[in-house]
Amino acid sequence: MTMSEGPRAIVAAHGDLAEGLVSAVSRVAGAAAASRLMPFSNATLGGAELADALRQAVTSSGAMVVFTDLPAGSCTIAARRIAREQPGLAVVCGANLPMLLSFVMAATGGPETWKMAVAKGQAAMCVAEEGARGD
Amino acid sequence: MAIEVYRIDDRLVHGQVVVGWGQPLALGFIVLVDDAVAASDWEQDLYRMGVPPEMTVHFETVASALEHAADYAAREEPGLLLTGDTAAMRALVEGGAAIPRVNVGGLHHRAGRSPKLRYVFLDPAEEADLRAIASRGVDVSAQDVPGTVPVPLRELLSRSGG
Repeated sequence: MTMSEGPRAIVAAHGDLAEGLVSAVSRVAGAAAASRLMPFSNATLGGAELADALRQAVTSSGAMVVFTDLPAGSCTIAARRIAREQPGLAVVCGANLPMLLSFVMAATGGPETWKMAVAKGQAAMCVAEEGARGD
Repeated sequence: MAIEVYRIDDRLVHGQVVVGWGQPLALGFIVLVDDAVAASDWEQDLYRMGVPPEMTVHFETVASALEHAADYAAREEPGLLLTGDTAAMRALVEGGAAIPRVNVGGLHHRAGRSPKLRYVFLDPAEEADLRAIASRGVDVSAQDVPGTVPVPLRELLSRSGG
């Protein structure tokens, strides 16, 4: 994958979620912005093999951060394992589209970039309409 | 019985365990039986951070798990016992643990393993371990998450592809 200038990240998730999120980023922010993200799936990989494959993805992409889906998921466990080996690597859980859009639109890297991305991702979660009440 | 599921899973603590099984069974604790993890505070910290606050994780070697089996069985809250490979589960069964059934939850692709299911790949030694477990009267089947149909050991071993 050819990446444009700017902070880079791995999006590591279950099934096809990472591919889908990166595809959505491309639709909203453009292919150049989306190329800062490398999708990674945990499918078919055991724990050790998953960590090896993710480590290789981090190295080859120059990623500064790994976005994962579930805090308890295998991608997060693998990413935290790699972050302990490479203290400069950040791991952010709960990836969603607003979070990733914030990241790829940032001009610079560093902790403030993914802290802002987390804030954007959290701020986007809301109940937009109450719907029928269950009580 | 306090331990509801005895699972073999090479990812150990992960989403299927904590969410897929943990939520419908309202698991209160996980017993992770792995000699290497039990010897490493670093590894334990990594897996402990992966579980929600309402769930506790206990780290055991095979030997210490056998010593504490009665304590876990006496607990009122439901639990899940987890090994990362077939050999550790076989050692528990042959060591006398009262294990009625074993869930093969995930043994993924690796050199030397043959595909059986999308999430189960086995080498000859692992097949022998599972047969040995079943020979003790333990019901062995493969099932990744509760919503799928369990695949009995006989059918699992007869399969040649995922």
